[in-house]
Parts: sequence; structure tokens; C-alpha cells
Amino acid sequence: MESTVLTLSGITKRFGPLVANDAVSLDLARGEVLALLGENGAGKSTLVSILFGHYVADEGSITAFGAALPGGDPAAALAVGIGMVHQHFTLADNLTVLDNILIGTESLWQPFSRRRAAQARVREIAGRFGLAVNTRARVGELSVGERQRVEILKALYRGARILILDEPTAVLTPQESGDLFATLRELVTEGLSIIFISHKLDEVLAVSDRIAVLRNGRLVATRAARGTTKGELAELMVGRAVVMPTRARRAPGAAVVAVGAVHARDVRGHALLDGVDLTVAAGEIVAIAGVAGNGQQALAELLSGTLAPERGTVTLAGRAMSAQPRAWIAARVARIPEDRHAVGVVGDLAVWENAIAERLRTRAFTRAGFVRRAAGRMHAQEVVRRFDVRCSGIDVPARSLSGGNMQKLILGRALSVGAGATPAFIVADQPTWGLDIGAVAYVHQCLLDAAGAGAAVLLISEDLDEIFALADRIGVMYHGRLSPLRPAEGWTLAAIGLAMAGAEEAAHAA
Amino acid sequence: MRLEARAEVSRTLQVAAPFAAIVFTLVVCSLLVAWAGVPVGSAYLLLLEGGFGSGFALSETFTRATPLILTGLAVAVAFRAKLYNIGAEGQLYVGALAAVAVGGAGLPLPPALLFPLMAAAAMAAGALLLLGPALLKTRFHVDEVVTTLLLNFIALLFVSMLLDGPMKDPAALGWPQSVAIPAELELPRLAARSRVHSGLLIALSLAVLVWVVDRFTAFGFEMRAVGANARAAAFAGMPVQAIVVKTALLSGALAGLAGCIEVAGRAGYVTLDMSPGYGYSGIVIAMLAQLNPIAVVAAAIFVAGILVGADSMSRAIAVPTYIADVIVAASLIAMLVATMLARYRIHWR
Repeated sequence: MESTVLTLSGITKRFGPLVANDAVSLDLARGEVLALLGENGAGKSTLVSILFGHYVADEGSITAFGAALPGGDPAAALAVGIGMVHQHFTLADNLTVLDNILIGTESLWQPFSRRRAAQARVREIAGRFGLAVNTRARVGELSVGERQRVEILKALYRGARILILDEPTAVLTPQESGDLFATLRELVTEGLSIIFISHKLDEVLAVSDRIAVLRNGRLVATRAARGTTKGELAELMVGRAVVMPTRARRAPGAAVVAVGAVHARDVRGHALLDGVDLTVAAGEIVAIAGVAGNGQQALAELLSGTLAPERGTVTLAGRAMSAQPRAWIAARVARIPEDRHAVGVVGDLAVWENAIAERLRTRAFTRAGFVRRAAGRMHAQEVVRRFDVRCSGIDVPARSLSGGNMQKLILGRALSVGAGATPAFIVADQPTWGLDIGAVAYVHQCLLDAAGAGAAVLLISEDLDEIFALADRIGVMYHGRLSPLRPAEGWTLAAIGLAMAGAEEAAHAA
Repeated sequence: MRLEARAEVSRTLQVAAPFAAIVFTLVVCSLLVAWAGVPVGSAYLLLLEGGFGSGFALSETFTRATPLILTGLAVAVAFRAKLYNIGAEGQLYVGALAAVAVGGAGLPLPPALLFPLMAAAAMAAGALLLLGPALLKTRFHVDEVVTTLLLNFIALLFVSMLLDGPMKDPAALGWPQSVAIPAELELPRLAARSRVHSGLLIALSLAVLVWVVDRFTAFGFEMRAVGANARAAAFAGMPVQAIVVKTALLSGALAGLAGCIEVAGRAGYVTLDMSPGYGYSGIVIAMLAQLNPIAVVAAAIFVAGILVGADSMSRAIAVPTYIADVIVAASLIAMLVATMLARYRIHWR
């Protein structure tokens, strides 16, 4: 076939006893968006890692633009025009956008960087594909959506003709996702081909031409996007029908958490929170929407005890709270941080050690300075069992868990607030970021159950489907300000989108 | 050439790695030995004999290993919590000085009380010397590698000043050496006609103690958590800064004690050349031992054996003792590579 740019045939990759890819054969046409759909651990990331040369396939071969692609050589993949945008960005925060794009493209023997020409070319590419970004800004100061644009620009600058995007919308707002999809359509009309990795059915249907479904390392089906349905894809992906939990109406109880006129700044003095007022009542789920970087993370940190307010009051069950994680843990607050790997777990410690880390210094797990290993391990076994954490044992390092299982471990640790006790308050910051449908349903069910049992729940999310599925009341953050909280029924998708873009602010100002 | 993480790291491979590293080191270093113009086989045999081949050789090796175990532990403890203490050398010297200051002051106390007091003074001195860098690190993010490294020179010059001044032994015929501690404070010999002393037993018990702290106590848990991921540790409610400071105190105390044991077990007084870089060798030993307190003992004996054996070899044939430093350094590099290869697989294209 003339228009075929990439062919994978019979790719098999084993990690010990685990078969990550089992004789996967695929082809990609010029000007096509191919979605790779599958749950976490289905083998999507392994497959593209092989394609990009991070791993070498045990069996099978890859042909790109009519020539065999040598395995295990990212430089060769780059050279034939395969570009990759990783789920976890590979950008240097302390460099500018332009520097990040140029890194590695210039010879080290060349005495001066040809920045002016590069700048012009980056501008030209950015303009052509509608990827607006300030090339002089430092990457560390950019929002997640902007960083992703930089990653795409970087790939395009290097002449990518096949672009691989690994879970690109996991970090984006609906509008940003919409922009991304528009960009992708732009790219394919220019003749690029795109492999789009996702487990979100809506967006896969929205953006792709063809959908390849992976399950347990096998390619189970390939469907044209036109003519298939969400239900069919979900079943193919999971292997069974999935029912997402939904909330039941409840009458909220007394206010548990009250935040009054809180202002907070980061170390550089930029305002993070600008007069935030918020209450969450027992049995109620309050959700905060917003584009990343508008203060939601600061709000989560404030309510996790890791950020001290500059002004304002924070009370839990009527008592003023200090910025001490221990005080919050002791007050039966379950905290689920945004970044599982960097904040949620200590990857090098064993699963059981992570399971007790928050309450290590309580009588349950330490006696006379010694860790009560038997008690700790028993508790960990209980968490692993109750929260269905799939791991080969509680002694393996936490880093070896998949994202979903790591999240279940964190959830289990946070929700186990002591024998017979239930959490008073749950602050969940992007709890389903990057998880597959099964794990998302599980996390949602946990939050709903906890609210049903009387916990006050604050959910911070950039996934509006999640917010509408769970929330009783919804607020939107923009530039460190929180919009008035309104019942979920009072919001439409369009209204939230506008508020996320700051329109609410404008309306108030007017 | 590419590296790929092994899915499962085999136990055998991990245990075999250090031995493979040592064999590799000896093979590489044999080039230097051959260059010196002596038969490689007999040189290594002499080295082995000189380090481990007789009762006397072993006693010398253990004597040398005693301070190395303690400085190795000091470094291993600190590095585990990602506190890069390069200053064990200086901490050892101030520890030795404090030991002599207390032990040689002629206090009217029985030795059973005076010895612990002397040891405590040495530990406090070493701990205090590391406290500054630790506070600067936790409060102001000052790089402790720089501060601890440079403090070594300050400590050594301070010791030099005292040895030529207030603490100078008037009976030493002008040599810069301190007053001596009384004989009843010296550590008893473990065997007749050898220099190996009961400080070895102290060092060994401390290795076990550090292992117990690291593995079984809540503080050890916290040290490992802070070292592996300080942000996650802080999120889980651990007082990260306090843990770093406590780790520094423990590390400095171990290095300071090395100075006390060296004084009480060897000369009885402090000189400026009492440590041929024990503090720096402690870093090598801690790395060789992969920061495991029990493995520190083995690594310290290995390094001590090479140093002692090379001395003896160079007396017998014309190979300079510097070969010992080369072997130790090369074995560290080989060790780092070998442990990496135990975790990763190389693909040649």
C-alpha cells in the first residue's frame, strides 16, 4: 500500500514472565490519526517505546517509510521522522522554550547557537499549526497545556512526520483538548500521521480515524472511528461491560471544612490563592474545576497541611488548623496528592512501608522507637486486600506498581484513618489522572462511599465528566480566585468552560 | 550500546557483583604491576599474604579497619538520608582532639566513668562539626558537599594550631603532638604482640547497632524515606528537616568516635598525621558497601587489607605502595559499574 508510512509486524515483548506485547501487527497510513486504546498495562506504552527505540522487541519488525527501522535506537527513529510526546514531559524547567526545542539539534562543535534562525523557524511552525507559545518563557513557568505544545513543537522542529502522543489529554481542560484536537487535524491535513494513545473513549472517537484496541498485550480489534460506539469500545477494551458509579442525592450535614478569605503566595511572591472562601459539609462532594495552574494545587496543599496561608482562616470541625501534615492526618483527613510518584509514595520504600508512612509515629505502628513490623505489614495486607492493590507482594518497592495500583495504595492509606474510624474530610487532587476506566470507577466509588458515610469531600479535577458525575456543588478557579460554589445542576458544560477561561471574573468586574 | 532495566534483579547477580568487581580490578591493576617490572602473580601473592596471610597480617588489617568501619558507617548513615557528608576526616580529628582534651585533663574520675565521658566528648565534637553544615543545608539550602569538604581543612588547621599551642605535649621534644591520655584509658589489646585492640569490637557492635536502627526503628524508616523522596516524606507528615539534622548528628558522632578510638587504641595522643585519610576512605567504603551498615564492615576490611598488604608488598619487591590507592579507587569504580550491570542489561546495538 503506497500510503502506508509505518508497519509493525508481529511485535512481541516479554518482561520476564509478563508478555507486554503479544504479536501485535499494525499499520499507519499517511494523514491518518490512529488511536491506540487500552487500559493501563494493556501494552500501549510498551508498544510505542519499542517503536521509538526505548525497548527492543523480542520478536517482530518495524518498517517506516518503506525501510526497516533498526530496533533500540531512538536516534534512528528520530532520523526517519518519528516524534514522540511523552505523558510525563521531557522538558528542562530551567531553560526557555526555545532552548528546550533546540536541545540536541545542534552540533556541539558549532561555536554559536543559531538562535535567530531557529527562533524564526519555531515561529513559522507554531504559526502554521496554531501552537501559540512564548518561546522566551521559561518552561518552569508554563502551564501543563503550554508545556505539551512545546513538546509537540519540539517534535515538529525535528522534522517529525509520524507523531506519537502518549495520553496527551490526561492533563488538559476540555477547551485545551479541543485545541489539541484541532491542532492534530491540522497536522494530518499537512500529511503527518499520528498515533494517539488514550483510554478515554470520547476523545478517541472525536479525534481518530481508526482505533486499535489493545488488551493484555494483544491487539483485540481495529475499528474505523465512524461506525463504532463508546459501548462497543469499552467492552473491547475491558473485556466486559463496565458500569460507572453515579452519585445519589443526599442532604448535606454540618460544615466540616471552612476556608475564609485565604491568601497565599509562592516562594517568589506570586499570588497562589487570592481571597478564597469555601465550605464543605459532611456527606457532600464539592468539586473544583479549573485549568491547571490557577491555584487548585495551592488549595489542595492548603487543605493537606503543606501550604501555610499568608492571611485568612482554615478550620476543620471548628478548630483552626496549622500547616502541619501531621495535624491534618491526626484530624482524620484523607489526602490524595496530585503527583502520585513525587508526593504520594516513596518509590524506593516497600509497599507496606508506604502503607503506614503517614501514621508511622502513632502507637499503632511504633513502640519505644521501633517500628511494629508485624502490625505494619498486617495493616498493609489489609489495605492491599480491601483496596484491591495488585502487587506481587507487600515487600516490593512502591515504584514497581502501575499508576492505578499506586493510586489505590495511596487511597487505601489515606482512607484507613485508624481502627473503626472513617475520614472526616477527603481532599482528592486529580485522583484519577491517567488511570484506566476500571480504576477510575473504583476511585469514584470509594469517594462516593466515603461521602455516603459522612465524609466531606473536596475533589479537584480537570476532568469535567468526573466533576459532573460526582459533585454536589461545583466551583471554578481562575487566577487564584474561586467562583461562588453552585449546585451541580446550576452549571452547564459551556458555563464551566467560560469560567475556566476567566469569563466569570470578567462578569464580576463588569 | 544501550541499557535496559532488568525486569527482575536476581539475587545471585547482586551477590556476585562485588566479587566480579574485585576480580576485574585486580586484572586491570595487574597492568600497572607488570609495568613496575615485577611478576604479577608473585606481587599479588605478596599483597594477599601481607594483608591476610598470617596472624600478624590479619591483626594489622583489623587495626587499620577499625577506624575505617566507623568512618564508613558515618558516611553510609548520612548518604542514606542524602546528606552528603564529605567531612568525616575533619570530624575524626576534632573527635580525637576532644577525646584527648577530656581524657588527658587529669580529671579525678575512675576510668570506668572517664572512658565513656571521653567517648561522648569525641562524639559530641564530631556531631557539632557536622551540625553547622546540616543547619545551613536545611535552613538555607547551602550545599553540604562544599561546606563539609572545606570544614575538613579548617578542622585540620585548628588541630594543628592546638598541637603547636595550648595542647602541645611539652615532653615531645618539639614535635607537634598532643598530651597523651593516661594508660588506663587506652583500649586493651585483643592479642599479645599485636596492635589490634578492643576498638574493633566497639566498631563491630556499632555496625550492628546502626543496622538495627536503619532497619527496625521509626527513625531509620524516616531516614530512608527522607533520603529516597523528601517531598513524599514531608507529605506523609515526617519532619524532614529535623530528620536531616538528627542524621547529621549521628553521622558526625560516628566519625568523631573514630578519632577517639584511634587515640585510645593506638598512640594515646593526637598527631597531625594520625589519619592517612580515614575520613575520605570512609566514603569509598560506604559506596563499596552500597550504604549497607553490615557490608561496611566487609568493605572496610577489604580496603584495610589492600592498604596493609600493599605496604608489605612494596617492602618485599619494587612496587610502590601507591598501587593500594589505585586498587581501592579502581575497585570503587568497578563496583559502581558492577552493581549497575546487576540491575541493567547491556544491548550491544
